[in-house]
Amino acid sequence: MQRFDQDIIVNLIPRGARVLDLGCGNGDLLTKLKRSGVSDIRGVEIDDRCIAACVRKGLTVFQGDIDEGLGDYDDASFDYIVLNQTLQVVHKPTLVIQEMLRVGNRAIVSFPNFGYFRIRWYILTKGQMPKVDFLPRDWYDTPNIHLSTISDFQAFCRTRNIPIERLIGLKSCATGKTVGHFQNLLSQVGIFVIMSEREVPN
Amino acid sequence: MYVVDAVPRTQYYAIDALKLDCGRTLSPVTVAYETYGQLNAAKDNAILLLHALSGSAHAGFVNDKGEQGWWYDFIGPGKALDTERYFIVCSNVLGGCSGSTGPDSIDPATGRPYGLGFPVITVGDMVRAQKCLIDGLEIETLLAVVGGSIGGMQALQWAVDYPDIVRSAVILAAANRLSAQGIAFNEVGRQAIMADPCWQNGDYYDGTPPRTGLALARMIGHITYLSEQSMHEKFGRALKGADGYRYKFSEDFEVESYLHYKGNRFVERFDANSYLYITKAMDYFDLRDLTLIKSKMLVISFSSDWLFPPARLKALVRTLRRKRKDVTYCDVQSSRGHDAFLLEVGPLTELLSGFLDNVYGR
Repeated sequence: MQRFDQDIIVNLIPRGARVLDLGCGNGDLLTKLKRSGVSDIRGVEIDDRCIAACVRKGLTVFQGDIDEGLGDYDDASFDYIVLNQTLQVVHKPTLVIQEMLRVGNRAIVSFPNFGYFRIRWYILTKGQMPKVDFLPRDWYDTPNIHLSTISDFQAFCRTRNIPIERLIGLKSCATGKTVGHFQNLLSQVGIFVIMSEREVPN
Repeated sequence: MYVVDAVPRTQYYAIDALKLDCGRTLSPVTVAYETYGQLNAAKDNAILLLHALSGSAHAGFVNDKGEQGWWYDFIGPGKALDTERYFIVCSNVLGGCSGSTGPDSIDPATGRPYGLGFPVITVGDMVRAQKCLIDGLEIETLLAVVGGSIGGMQALQWAVDYPDIVRSAVILAAANRLSAQGIAFNEVGRQAIMADPCWQNGDYYDGTPPRTGLALARMIGHITYLSEQSMHEKFGRALKGADGYRYKFSEDFEVESYLHYKGNRFVERFDANSYLYITKAMDYFDLRDLTLIKSKMLVISFSSDWLFPPARLKALVRTLRRKRKDVTYCDVQSSRGHDAFLLEVGPLTELLSGFLDNVYGR
């Protein structure tokens, strides 16, 4: 399946940027970045089969969990840290976001938007945890433990004084169509570019 | 189609003199080595393979004595070190006892084996001897240096000492220093050898070698190469005989019999003094400054390895990452302990061939 969320993220990152992809999976996003001319790229991934796939693609990856992937880097070691469709599975989202903005100048965070109208409708009509194409698993069988909405994440950033540089609402990963208005209602996926305080002009 | 047309043959390279870290110069020096595959015209497909404590130059294929190389499953057409693509060189370490100069070699000054007159060597010295061999083979760059355990230490030393020659380094079950626990086990092994009356202060070459001591050292070593789980799975509490306990201090359990077998087989092929020297080199190894490294690196730990636990390798990788070195780290899930680097053929082949493919780039 074409992953338009990845293509959008690739377009957000300038050539010459130093990039760390947290939870890089099989290395698809990193490979796209590499092809687009971004060369200083690294990944962190917990699954050993994924690590082997990344090695096969010539990528530089570290096997470990996301906290381990960040802890030992110096401040501002990267221009961009990517957390693509992974925020909802981490145990300590606040810590991860803080660390991302310490180690990176900017962070790109994407996650499935629980505010999407079909999800609201599902809960309203069925009264059950939603099972939709982009969140296909049962409540007892999902790795997602921190599901949130675009609006939740905006509030999260506001209370922590984290500047949001950009928000892209994606109507669907499969088509790549973006949403201009009512993003919390109409987007399946939210992609945020947030900034470290260091990057904010005084 | 590449045809393995000959059984591998150990060859010998002579070095006039080698300056050692201890300040002494060793002269002359012989380096025993084997090669597999062909060096290409561009001379950019050479891989230097580095053996562990008890290994030898005979790494791949089956030699004229019918012996499989110590990394047989990893070397050959289509294997991790693909002999259809790469030229593989493996040499016996300096201080070893399988053809390279070591304490059992003749000291030209006395006409007798060196014994304890052999200088104490370091991993750096081993690498310097290997560099002479590589120069002698007219290899200017190494596609990769690959090694496990003390072989991995050598690979790391290569990457630090010769950053412009080493394009990539694969470090298996090794770190940039040996832990206190590792030193402790090595010391117990050495004490076992030196406590054997046959050891004679290292001067036993005219008489009986310290078989008991060396076998005991090997038995201790072997325990550290396995894991609790692998020993449990392999032996459990299985008894040797069918009649239950014998109520004697003979071998009751399978695990005892296995260790005795390993120990006794080892003394047939290994020199006790070499064991002292090589373990000492391992103990001394402590590479602190990794700034000079330019190679692409692949560092692999094994989940049940307690001689080089994943945490030690991760610490190495962290240091390298902070220095923005190009390092990939993988912790292979295995119950086979430290020995996993010799045994986990599937996952290692996948990682190694993928990694080398990309470094080679054709």
